Parts: sequence; C-alpha cells; structure tokens
Amino acid sequence: MSIRYEMVVGLEVHAQLATKSKLFCSCPTDGFGAPPNSRVCPLCTGQPGTLPVLNRKAVELAFRAALALDCRLAPFSIFARKNYFYPDLPKGYQISQYEHPFAQNGRLQVKDKSVRIHRIHLEEDAGKLLHAIGSKELDGTLVDFNRGGMPLIEIVSEPDMRSSEEAAAYLSALKEIVQYVGASRCDMEKGEMRCDANVSIRSSGSAELGVRVEIKNLNSVRAVKEALDHEFERQSELLTCGGRVLQETRLWDHEAGTTRAMRSKEEAHDYRYFPDPDLTPLVADEAFIEKIRSELPELPAARRQRFLSEYGLSEYDAGLLTSQQALADYFEAAVRGRQAAAKTAANLMATELLARLNAEDVGIDASKVKASDLGELAGLVQDGTLSSKGAKAAFAALWAGGDSPAVLVQKLGLAQVSDEGPLRAWVQEALSTNAQAAADAKAGKQRAVGALVGAVMKLSCGQANPAMVNRLIKESLGL
Amino acid sequence: MNASSIARDVASGKVSAQEVLSRHLGSIRVSEPQVGAFIRVMETEAMAMAKAVDEKRRQGARLGRLAGVPVALKDNLQVSGVETTCGSRILQGHVAAYDAAVVKRLKSEDAVLLGKTNMDEFAMGSSTENSSFHPTKNPWNLGCVPGGSSGGSAAAVTCGMASLALGSDTGGSIRQPAAFCGLVGLKPSYGRVSRYGLVAFASSLDQIGPLSRTTEDAALALSILAGPDAQDSTCSKKSVPDYSAVLGQGVKGLRVGLPKEYFLPGLDAEVEGSVRGAVEVLRQLGAEICEVSLPHTRYAVAAYYILAPAEASSNLARYDGVRYGRRSPSARNLEELYELSRGEGFGPEVKRRILLGTYVLSAGYCDAYYNRASRVRGLIRQDFKEVFKKVDLLATPTAPTAAFRLGEKSSDPVSMYLSDVFTIPSSMAGNASLSIPCGVNRAGLPIGLQLIADDFQEQTLLRAASAFEKAKPFPRPEKFSS
Repeated sequence: MSIRYEMVVGLEVHAQLATKSKLFCSCPTDGFGAPPNSRVCPLCTGQPGTLPVLNRKAVELAFRAALALDCRLAPFSIFARKNYFYPDLPKGYQISQYEHPFAQNGRLQVKDKSVRIHRIHLEEDAGKLLHAIGSKELDGTLVDFNRGGMPLIEIVSEPDMRSSEEAAAYLSALKEIVQYVGASRCDMEKGEMRCDANVSIRSSGSAELGVRVEIKNLNSVRAVKEALDHEFERQSELLTCGGRVLQETRLWDHEAGTTRAMRSKEEAHDYRYFPDPDLTPLVADEAFIEKIRSELPELPAARRQRFLSEYGLSEYDAGLLTSQQALADYFEAAVRGRQAAAKTAANLMATELLARLNAEDVGIDASKVKASDLGELAGLVQDGTLSSKGAKAAFAALWAGGDSPAVLVQKLGLAQVSDEGPLRAWVQEALSTNAQAAADAKAGKQRAVGALVGAVMKLSCGQANPAMVNRLIKESLGL
Repeated sequence: MNASSIARDVASGKVSAQEVLSRHLGSIRVSEPQVGAFIRVMETEAMAMAKAVDEKRRQGARLGRLAGVPVALKDNLQVSGVETTCGSRILQGHVAAYDAAVVKRLKSEDAVLLGKTNMDEFAMGSSTENSSFHPTKNPWNLGCVPGGSSGGSAAAVTCGMASLALGSDTGGSIRQPAAFCGLVGLKPSYGRVSRYGLVAFASSLDQIGPLSRTTEDAALALSILAGPDAQDSTCSKKSVPDYSAVLGQGVKGLRVGLPKEYFLPGLDAEVEGSVRGAVEVLRQLGAEICEVSLPHTRYAVAAYYILAPAEASSNLARYDGVRYGRRSPSARNLEELYELSRGEGFGPEVKRRILLGTYVLSAGYCDAYYNRASRVRGLIRQDFKEVFKKVDLLATPTAPTAAFRLGEKSSDPVSMYLSDVFTIPSSMAGNASLSIPCGVNRAGLPIGLQLIADDFQEQTLLRAASAFEKAKPFPRPEKFSS
C-alpha cells in the first residue's frame, strides 16, 4: 500500500515599499527599466565613508502592512548587518533586521483559514547582475545598482499551508492586503513582490515535520503553485523509493518547470549578523503607531462586513467589491446618497463593469463610466424608469462615451413606460391576439400570465414596466 | 604659527592667505623628505583655495573662522576629486566622489586644505608604520615613531608643515600621536562630530578630531567641526557650546580624579612623574584632586580587540575589486577577484584584524566573543558614568611610554596594542578626552597628559587644558618654529 503524503509550506515574501526614495539614501525608486546605474549615489554604491539614513516614509509603509496583518509591533527594533560577498551587494553586507524585527506574530485570513505570520522585517534590496555578451568592452558580467537600496519588507509566514493551492491563495491574499493599504504596489512582473517557499512533506496525519527544502525564485502566484506541485512530486518519489530529502536550497526554473539544487546545508552562508553601528534603534512609540493606525484605510475584512450589513449586498458581491480598495471606493462613490440602489449598483459593477475591465485588461481607474454615472443608472433602475435590460443598453452606451445616463435614456428611448394609458392598450391587444393564453390564465395557470406579460413586452419593444403589466393583465382578467 | 593667530591675521589683512600657504609649503619642502607626513600634498588645490580667500577679502566679504589656515587631513577623510587611500594599496587611485561633512565645514570657514596625511592602513595601528606607502617619522627624533594611526597629521603640525590637522580616533589614534609629538589632540564624545565621509574602521568607536599646537586652536576647530548632521544618524542633535569662550575660566573648584587602574606598577617612571607633576599644577591652580576607581579598565583592551575588528571585518568587506579601488589584474573568476584583490590590496595588520573580526562574529563563537565583549563594554561605560557623579575630570597618562623606536614593536602586535591601553577605555565609553603635552623625558621626547570628561563635556576638558597650558607652557624646540 502506498503512503499518502501531505505538504507543509511556509512562504517568505519580499514586498517593495511604495516610497519615492530608497531606504537609506535619497535616490529615486523609479529605476525599473531606466538606464543601468542612473539611480545611484555614493551611498547606494557603497563608496567609502557613506552612512545610511533611514527613510521615515518606508517605516510608515512597513508599519501599515504590519498593522494590516495584525502583527504585534516592537517598541524598538534593531537594524543588523547580514555579511556576505556578492557583486550585487555593494557594501559586502545587507542592512536588514535579525534578532529584533519590527513586527511579529501576525495573521492573515485566507478563505476559511487563518495563516500565522511569524515576523516582518525591513531591509534593503541588492543590485542586479547583467550577464553581457557581445561587444568586447562589455563582455562579462555587469552590475546595475538602480535596484540596490530599494526598501523592502520581508513577510515570513509560519508553515501553516498544506497544499500548493493554499500557498497560492495565501500569496494572492497577501498581495491584495499589502496593496490595499498602499504599502507596496506588489507588481510581481517588476519584481516588486518576490516569493521563496519552504516546503517539506510528511505522511498524512503525522505531527512530525519533514526535511525542509527552500525554493527560490517564485515570481508569480502561478510559479508558487507549479513549483510546489513539482517539489511535492519530487520529494514523494524520493521517499517512496526509499531515498531521503536533503536540506538544501533549490531554484525554480520556470522554463523547464523543475527545481534544481542551488546549495546544500553545508554550503549555507554564515552571515555573521551583528547590530549595524551606523544606525540607531528604530523606536516606535504608541503615538507613532496610533498615527499609522488612524491613517489606515478600512481593511478588506471590516469593509466586507460593512457592505453586507449597510448595503445588504450578497456575500459574493461584498467579497468581490472589497477585494481591491479602488473597487470598493468606486462602489461607495456610486451609491453615495442612493443607498436604496446599492444592490443594483453592485450588480451592474459585477456584470457590466468588471466584464469590460477584464476584457480590456485595465484597472478600475481606467473605467470609462464614472462612479456617479453608474450610481445614477442604478437609481433609474431602482425607481422603475429603466428596466434591467434597458440598464444594460444604457451602460453600453455610457461605456462607448455617451452623455449622462438621464440624457441617454431619453435619447435612446430606453425609458420604461409606466403610463397606464399605453399599457392598457398593449394589454388589450395582447389579450385579444392570445385568446388561448388568456383563457388559461383565467383558469389559474401562472405560466399563461407570464406568456401574456411577454407578449406585452414584445409589443412595447421591451419598454413596458413589467410589474405594472402583470398587475393590469390580472385586473383585466378579473383575477 | 598657530591656527587662531593665522585666521586673525588673514582676516585683518596683516598677512595674505597665499603668503601663509607659501611659508607652509616651504616647511614641507624642507621637512617632508625626512618626516614623510603626507601621502599627497594638494599644492595646486591649496594655492587655488588660498587665492580665493585673498580674493574674497579684497572684495570685502566676511571671512570664515579658519580664513587662510593651512589644514592637513588624515587620508581617511573624503575630499571630492582628491585621491583618498586610507594608507592602503587597495584604495590607491580611488578618487573621492564627495566631501566629508567635516571637509565641507572646513571649506565653508575658508580653510586651505593642504594635503592628505599618512596613517596606519585603515587606521589600524599605533605607529604609522602600517601605512602601505611609507612610515612617518617623529620630528622630535627621526628614529622614533610619531604614534598612530594619525601619525602623519601629528608630524605635519609638529614641524610646521600644517597649522592644524584632522585625525580620527578609534582607540587612541588622535591622542597617542599627539602625546608622542607634543601636541594637543582632542577626541570628541562619540556623536559630537559627524562621521559622514570618514572611511569607517570601527563605526561605533570612530570619531574625528583636531591635532593642534594649542588648546585655543583645538577649541576653535571643535566649534567648527561639532554639531548635528542629517547624514550621520549617530551624530548627536545637541547644540554646540562656544568652546573658545570657556578657555579663560580656570580650574578652581573642578574635581579631578586619578583612576588608580591607570597608575599601576610597571608604568614608565618618567611618564608617571610627568603626569603627577601636571596634576600637582592643576591642584595649585585650585582643582580638587582625589583618587577614583574604574574597576573594569583591565578588560578594556581585550574587549576592544574583539569589537573593533568585528566591525572592521564588515566595514572592509566593500573593498572587493568590483566597483572601485584595486582589482587584481590576474583574477580569472569571481572567487579570484575577491581573493587576489583583497590578498594583494590589504597589508598584514589589516588582514589580521579582518580574520579576528570574522572569527568573533561567526556562528558558534559570536556569544563567547562579540556578545560578551559588548556586555563588557556596557560595564566600562557604567564605570565612567559612576565616576563622573563624583568628579568632573579624570587625569591619566595618554600612553604608557613616550615615542618608541621605529621597528621596535612591529613584530609584536600585542605590545603594539598595549600602547593604547589608557586611551581605549574612554573610546569604549564614548567619552570626550584630550591629550596635552605635560613634559619631556630625558631622551628629549614629549609626554602626554590625558584628560577625560563625561559625554559632551568637551568644554570642561578645554577649560582645564587651557589653564594648565597657561601655567606650564610647553617648550617646543627652536627647529619646529616655521
């Protein structure tokens, strides 16, 4: 009988803080895609005699993320030097935090599961190696320090995930919340969020942890899932065939779809951490933490709850609309002063708006329909001026660059007819041309009533108010 | 001539900055071939600066407090556009991209930057013999060392090649050469002067300070160098008192402690005699003298030789041949780039300390060495805090001996390390301290008195030093007056 295995996963996620300048110098952070070494200064290239000065904005953003992840914040934390040699590391050490990180013991709700956050610390990024081939002068490896010194937070989870799906969902949820509070843009394609995974496997139900393998270079949610699936297969096969898993660091090769060994436990660096004497402890008093807390936007979970109770949205719509801060803001702007139309507005967003945004692959900020217009449209549906079918057509016209909703409805003749005069005329015509249906309806067949309403709608080109038509048909038949 | 007088005379037009400079360049031509105080004399740049000062005066502009004063800089201070080597082959040819904070301050006070002085490689040493380029000799006796690591700065001021010099002090590197050369050498409290642009040796200990002929010059220099700097997070935001204003205040009522741990059997008799004589002068001037104890003194050197190398091993990691400085021409791959560039670039004392520092921080040893030494440092600091509840100043010898002979200690690192035994404790505590000449031994070599004050009490040091200097002027040989 074959043993069933389960995986145990913890993620280490680096997120680049959305500051204007680097962590310890005033160089701009807009270096992605810029000419190499165009965003550098004596400090971030490690010139002798330079000294780091901590960017307060980076601290604020880091604390925002930590509060959003429900962490305990340290009243003071200490920057430490992580010493190793590599050409992309200009000082021969990275300024990070080691024994005393600024945040610990947080958690993140991922669907039905609460994933514990072990710690979050602040650190600077390294430069980037470019392996140049070609011209004689440039042959070999070159270093670009534009990225060197960028402000990062490293968010380390506990090994709480049990499948690649859970790990991928955790990463998505983390990305969502860190973005939501404005701490990082988390654009994984630009390397603004990067992920390493620690994974081990054990026989299902066992309480013991297996040998841990670290996988580096997981730069998309998909890569996390694929690499973990691959690694699960690899480790299971090893164990099933009587082999053993080595404690090592492996690299995910996206192209090949495999992981390969990078260095073993024995080859692991001794980083010789010690407190950086160039920086004073980072002191975060109550006043500072309270200030950051007060500036935080309402967090997704709380907002979702409020959308349920305040607007009476469905679980699905509330979850969808609070998944991004901008989306939730758009919704609230749309329904301001039109609380009654909230459900309709949510529905229009979920169906019409998001479908178009997805089709054009743009964000809510690129919407061609203003929030106030969507709200107005929802209001017109709410007060019966517009049928839901009419709303759909009006939305399409708005998206194409039309006038205001009220004007459009007039222009396109989309307004619903709720005048009893014309409605009665249509009803009479429908009853006389559908005698059988009228008879059936009279005999109590509900479906026949429906058919008669349909006939009126057809006669009115969809503009009749269906609720009134229903009432008038029943009246005419004496029901 | 001392710096304060030059600045006054240049400002009043009694003499031009260019005349002052040419006199100093003349001294350099005479003395430098024997003394070897400089790594680089910035003759062209200095002439341009002196000319600019004279021009500024002609136009009637207000001149800075160091107008026309020729200042020599230890070669671990960055001056934009000028080679900064730290006395090391590994930085040969490295041209600084920016000005150190202190250099900016000197420039803004119209000083004339004269040159970069010789030093023990990366400030590691007590004799200036560890320079990658050449040793510096003590102008009092060319067979002796000038002390170190700021030996070049001390020698330059001693024989009138510079009027004022800046050095850096990690465990005594300003005070010990000042003592060996008969100068006033001031190590400010940690955080008093910005370290921005000082090439780091041990960041938690390094401080920049002046070497000068008089207390007045030291006070003037500190008034200019001290103060907050946004580019150094460890630089204090405390305001800067007017150090020159306290000089005439005398020592009446000052309580001066003699720490018994600094006067143990085995101390050079002439040094002890001279220092006790100086303390007697202070008593006659009205100071109250008492014996005190700093019980953890004997652990200071050991703890220092763990902490300073630990920080150095990390600070010197950036010299890797990748971005600047020496890159070995024979390196064929990354490993070799590191091994050969660093192997060829660093001298033996620097390598010794990098190895020591790497060892004491490594996994499994960090607790026994680095962490324990950090706790010892805390105890030493506590000793000083306690003693400064009882006294205003401590008086000790600056060094256990006068200047020793070239080569005398080169083969015995521990005996070399012990020449800083009296200066290391106050460095570890971060206190303000100063060395002032208090006598000459039978061999004709100067002896230094060290005064130590609590953090940010430089004014007390300068006040006592000035009173002592007035009461007992230090005899400088005729040959040194330019």
